[in-house]
Amino acid sequence: MQSMTENDLAATENDLECVQVRKHFGSVRAVDDVSFEIPKGSFFSILGPSGCGKTTLMRMIAGFESPTAGDIRIKGKSVIGTPPNRRNVKMVFQHLALFPMMNVYENIAYGLRCAGASKDVIRTKVHDVLERISLPDVANREISQLSGGQKQRIAIARCMVLDPDVLLLDEPLGALDLKLREAMKIELKLLQHQFDTTFVYITHDQSEALVMSDNVAIMNEGKFVQIGTPQELYHNPSAAFVAGFVGDTNRWAGKVTRVESGAVEVVTEAGLTMRGSVRGAGTPGVGDTVSAFVRPEFISAEKSGVSAKPVDPAHNVINGKVDSILFNGANSRILVRDGAGELIEADVVLTGGTQDLKPKDDVTLSWSPEQTMSFKA
Amino acid sequence: MMQKDIKRLSLILLFAPFALWIFLLIVLPHLGMFYISVREKVGPRMYEFGLGNYINFFTEPIYWNTLIRTGSMSLLVTALALLLGFPIAYYIAKIAGNRTRGALFLMCLIPLWVSDLIRAFGWILLLRETGIISSSLQWAGVINTPIEFLYNDAAVIMGLVYTVILFMIVPLVSTLDGMDNAMIEAGYNLGGNGPTVLRRIIIPYAMPGIVSGCIVVFMLTAGSYLTPILLGGKNSSWFTEQIYDQFITRYNWESGAAFGFLLLAFTSLVVWGGLKLSGQTLNSTVAKS
Repeated sequence: MQSMTENDLAATENDLECVQVRKHFGSVRAVDDVSFEIPKGSFFSILGPSGCGKTTLMRMIAGFESPTAGDIRIKGKSVIGTPPNRRNVKMVFQHLALFPMMNVYENIAYGLRCAGASKDVIRTKVHDVLERISLPDVANREISQLSGGQKQRIAIARCMVLDPDVLLLDEPLGALDLKLREAMKIELKLLQHQFDTTFVYITHDQSEALVMSDNVAIMNEGKFVQIGTPQELYHNPSAAFVAGFVGDTNRWAGKVTRVESGAVEVVTEAGLTMRGSVRGAGTPGVGDTVSAFVRPEFISAEKSGVSAKPVDPAHNVINGKVDSILFNGANSRILVRDGAGELIEADVVLTGGTQDLKPKDDVTLSWSPEQTMSFKA
Repeated sequence: MMQKDIKRLSLILLFAPFALWIFLLIVLPHLGMFYISVREKVGPRMYEFGLGNYINFFTEPIYWNTLIRTGSMSLLVTALALLLGFPIAYYIAKIAGNRTRGALFLMCLIPLWVSDLIRAFGWILLLRETGIISSSLQWAGVINTPIEFLYNDAAVIMGLVYTVILFMIVPLVSTLDGMDNAMIEAGYNLGGNGPTVLRRIIIPYAMPGIVSGCIVVFMLTAGSYLTPILLGGKNSSWFTEQIYDQFITRYNWESGAAFGFLLLAFTSLVVWGGLKLSGQTLNSTVAKS
């Protein structure tokens, strides 16, 4: 009993807490034993491929589904059994779900009306929130007259005007075009700072999650694989799934041929030999299969024979031929075909000069074993 | 140049059947009817232009009383059809699964395959003095003597609601179907309870469908003939019966034509009033579904 009350006291620090939440649809485990806590005022993302259960989890937090087992606490209070309209958790829907038969003012005022606020209060609050999302003049517009980005902000304002404990966002940027999506990422982060409310953001787009979040949970097949800051997830993934899902990466499957403290030598299926560092759970022994991941930015590519600086002897070195060049400004990349016929991606700087790599050039790729993240399969 | 001519020709050819239909079967007969309605019979085969047939209608209370009665009963039927049809449509569009939805829709449609007349006789079999309801009530001992359920307003209204409810359900299902479920969820999420969500979100969203269904149902009811006559009997006092009387029994085509136009004017007026009250336009309702 004593420990329970202590738990409750600690829980009040968190805006949202899930304890061993499960949701089964028949024999399908949509959400399986998920636990996490989100401290006040932070931006938390749940990142996972489609069908991983993230939407079900969000719908349980909002109250549209009830968990098969486990507890969901908002500001330390369990909300199991509380209907969605009594929870102080607001949600920005995937397609925003603005009410087309009401204008902007009515859309924002709807929640306040439901709460029984007086006309004057509603008027000041609506104008306040419109001011804060820097759209002070749209109150009398119809929803169909707004641009995509404006709709987005109105959908957030409609929730924020109610001072929610937690704001849930269900992939709200999915419907926007690329340029606007980039701009909205930054804007969402700024809005979160401004309102100082906990945002829980659901997405399958890793760049959205990495750019905006304080913490990200990687979800797969109903389970949380890893929770951490974007940097942790990127540089220290705890599982092969995280390493493959977050960020771009070269991936090899291979067998361990030698084990040293924290390091392994791996021969890939195609016959490449490389040294790597052991990550994640489980220490692979000789003969075990492992997955090795190397991010393209850690592979340096030099034209063969003209290398100015000598390659660190401890590095993995592979010779190959440039297959194609993927030019994308500062994020340019080359595809190199190695001796075994596999394609390896490496980031390069293309200045537009004569020194640039061209297709069919012979190149030497090298990277440090430390950056070869090897997971026991 | 050639291309353009061919395009134009194909447009004309495609449009021709519709234009012919509208002109030959709708415009022309109405012009003829209107012509008949504004001539007064002054002697055998002697006619004069005048509004006498219309004036007759207003000076004879039984005529306009019948029209008012028809109008108000039609409104009642429309309201009942809406009250009964809305939950059904909501269930079909929003609650039923994909497979049940098709089955339910089909169940609503199948009665339409049977002619109006047969369906009205079905009601007669049920409701008449020696009918199924009366005799089973007798058998159960609820009543001692057979009761005639036919030939009263309730029977007429019930029969009409039954005949027209499908025309209410179809447009409602199609508008509710277009409504994103997330909108209803958003309604709850922002703090609304069941009645609030219904009143402030679902009904306003479904308004075009509601109005469209109401217009069709009202027009069909006010212009129906078979059901009121068969279920209401001689004293059903339906306005279409009055028109039929003028044409067939009294052979007074002039007066019948005038009544026809009055019915058209009256129903149009009611529809116009309804549109004004609900703030909808024909374009946003009937033209859409």
